[in-house]
Amino acid sequence: MAYKQYILVCGGTACESNKGIALVEALNREVENNGLLQEVQVVRTGCLGFCEKGPIVKILPQDTFYVEVMPEDASEIVTEHIVKGRVVERLLYDKRQSQAHVGVDGLDFYQKQFRIVLRNCGVIDPDKIDEYIARDGYKAMEKALFEMSPNDVIKELRLSGLRGRGGAGFPTGVKWSFAAAQPAGQKYMVCNADEGDPGAYMDRSTLEGDPHSILEAMAIAGYAIGASQGYVYIRAEYPLAIKRLENAIVQATEYGLLGEKILGTDFSFKIELRLGAGAFVCGEETALLASIEGNRGMPSPRPPFPAVKGLWGCPTVINNVETLANIPVILLKGADWFSKIGTETTKGTKVFALTGKINNSGLIEVPMGTTLREIIFDIGGGIKDGKEFKAAQTGGPSGGMIPPQFLDAPIDYESLTSIGSIMGSGGLIVMDEDDCIPDVTKFYLDFTVDESCGKCAPCRIGGRKLLNYLHKICDGAGTAEDIENMKEISLAMGRASLCGLGQTAPNPILSSLKYFMDEYIEHIDEGKCRAGKCKNLLLYSISVDNCVGCTACARVCPVNAITGERRQLHVIDTAACIKCGQCYDVCKFHAVLRS
Amino acid sequence: MNTEIAKAESAETLTPELIAFMAEWRHSPGSLIMVLHKVQQFYGFIPRKIAFEVAEHLDVPLAKIYGVITFYNFFKLTKPGRNQIQICMGTACYLKGGEDLVAELEGILGVGLNTVTPDGEFSAEAVRCVGCCGLAPVLVINGEVYGKVETKALHGIIAEIRKR
Ligand SMILES: Cc1cc2nc3c(=O)[nH]c(=O)nc-3n(C[C@H](O)[C@H](O)[C@H](O)COP(=O)(O)O)c2cc1C
Ligand code: FES
Repeated sequence: MAYKQYILVCGGTACESNKGIALVEALNREVENNGLLQEVQVVRTGCLGFCEKGPIVKILPQDTFYVEVMPEDASEIVTEHIVKGRVVERLLYDKRQSQAHVGVDGLDFYQKQFRIVLRNCGVIDPDKIDEYIARDGYKAMEKALFEMSPNDVIKELRLSGLRGRGGAGFPTGVKWSFAAAQPAGQKYMVCNADEGDPGAYMDRSTLEGDPHSILEAMAIAGYAIGASQGYVYIRAEYPLAIKRLENAIVQATEYGLLGEKILGTDFSFKIELRLGAGAFVCGEETALLASIEGNRGMPSPRPPFPAVKGLWGCPTVINNVETLANIPVILLKGADWFSKIGTETTKGTKVFALTGKINNSGLIEVPMGTTLREIIFDIGGGIKDGKEFKAAQTGGPSGGMIPPQFLDAPIDYESLTSIGSIMGSGGLIVMDEDDCIPDVTKFYLDFTVDESCGKCAPCRIGGRKLLNYLHKICDGAGTAEDIENMKEISLAMGRASLCGLGQTAPNPILSSLKYFMDEYIEHIDEGKCRAGKCKNLLLYSISVDNCVGCTACARVCPVNAITGERRQLHVIDTAACIKCGQCYDVCKFHAVLRS
Repeated sequence: MNTEIAKAESAETLTPELIAFMAEWRHSPGSLIMVLHKVQQFYGFIPRKIAFEVAEHLDVPLAKIYGVITFYNFFKLTKPGRNQIQICMGTACYLKGGEDLVAELEGILGVGLNTVTPDGEFSAEAVRCVGCCGLAPVLVINGEVYGKVETKALHGIIAEIRKR
């Protein structure tokens, strides 16, 4: 049955938690009440990317984009927009849309995006395999099985230039060829869906919005390397993604697209899920394998690489979710097409989870080579509240801080490495003038120290020492010597640690020391934190000139450290003050001073 | 869900469902973590007595089970509160004031993180990114996500949960 109109409702975790489920129910009710069941379909899709303003509703074919839609708005959308064809102006994100000339692609947020990985996210209902199939789903697998030899598949991938999106950027085709070259026998294909970078959710959204694309790619990989068993290692913290994957596996198996003798060929491939249990290091491939084997997730030295000796000692290919999502498209459209997108060394697109002090937080996909400025200012809509951009961090706790002078650096593996950061898996965190660089660095180190598995000494001890220095500096007790020691430990740790966690943990320190040394020096020499974050360095007082005695500060103070009569000058008892900053925020007369 | 936990616990033995689950997984290699997930889903944590039984059913040493439980942050050895609160301390949430939320919540509950309130109603823990960074700062209570939480709003949220 063909519907005349579709109401797409974002079913990503962010929107669902924001009353998205009630919204779908309300819309369905309204459609029914208006007798439109035959004409209008409400579809709960994967993430539409614009998480900042969720829940998002998109109406097709008009391509109208509504934001922050609440269940109460359902009636107006149906009676006004669907029935009468009148756009509900107050819910529009971009008022230009009311003239109906501007499609969703015309919105600033989407204009510079290019969707390969997220091609189906926000378009199909992830719980329905038919919708995936209708958009060329499982066609690439069919093509591989019937028209290509395993070698052809690998060759195509090598030609495409696809590199791993899990962080390291290793060429995917080459990795597959290593495993394929191992003698036939038990081999495994593993999808890394551990997504440990705090502040990133690309893989989660892909799995929630388009689970079949991952299953299809895994089957293709199985065919290419000669594996008949696949595992998806996924974080237990992602219940919705787990549910959708489980459902997708059942459906694909029912359709004969997974399981024994797929599509009547001799190729069999099964996929099972294995749940992570909240250990960042398990994203590292050797640790991940240890965890699938049911052990503590400790990394082991490479070589041997997993492609030679992996799960239970068998050749194993491990690929990231986003890497995999590219593969069906590459096989269908060809390596030639893919390798035209991107830069010299880095082909294709990259998905980023854009978060922090940015106007349009959300999930975006851009061609490699796009600049940070385009991402942050054109797509992201710039810094919140008109504040000053200070730094962007890619690569999470393993990455570096990118200062304003590199805003025009193009996104590719080599260029990001050359400016002291890494591509990472796709977290992109924007910091503004209110963020203190030593404090954020401390946050990252705190994370890596917490997550260090403790197996090797450089990471276990070095990380702890680095963190202690950062605490000292943020508390106002740092010395110039501490900086030198930090540099030395960082270099040693980077070289001597067993796995990527310890090797990259000093990156936030090294990059921030390089680009933001002035902030460290201020903390050390002047005992000053310009962002006002390091509480030990703050002193609150009340300005004699500005205070009007409105009592607002005294009322808000949680520890009663502020005294003063109405219309009289107030004073802060600095010994009692806990430096929470509430008085500073509440004062309308700029009378609370922070120094 | 909560009554289920209570029931399972008062029984103080393995439920038939868990026994069946273990029988099903017994022969898959590396099943321990999946079984522990199932146990925690049932009891809210991994009770000592059940860990003994798991060791027996799966034929793995108890020491290994404790090695695994203590390695992974997700597994708990003590009983959490009736309502479980997770405060996100991922980067996005940290930048947007996650720490202030923790301080405020500790004040409201009267106990620190990872401690159950004396009436057994609440326990809170800090977690690393729940994947809703666009909604930072984020709080998860009994599996439900609360986004863009202001410290001021916390009192109301907790009071509402208390009433349920
Ligand atoms: C500490 C650490 C954490 C990692 N976390 C992840 C992760 O969460 N997801 C991921 O796909 N790769 C992660 N990796 C990279 C993997 O080890 C591995 O390189 C990747 O999964 C390979 O897939 P790809 O070639 O498709 O990128 C991590 C690496 C390290 C050292
Ligand atoms: S950082 Fe809090 S949800 Fe991601």
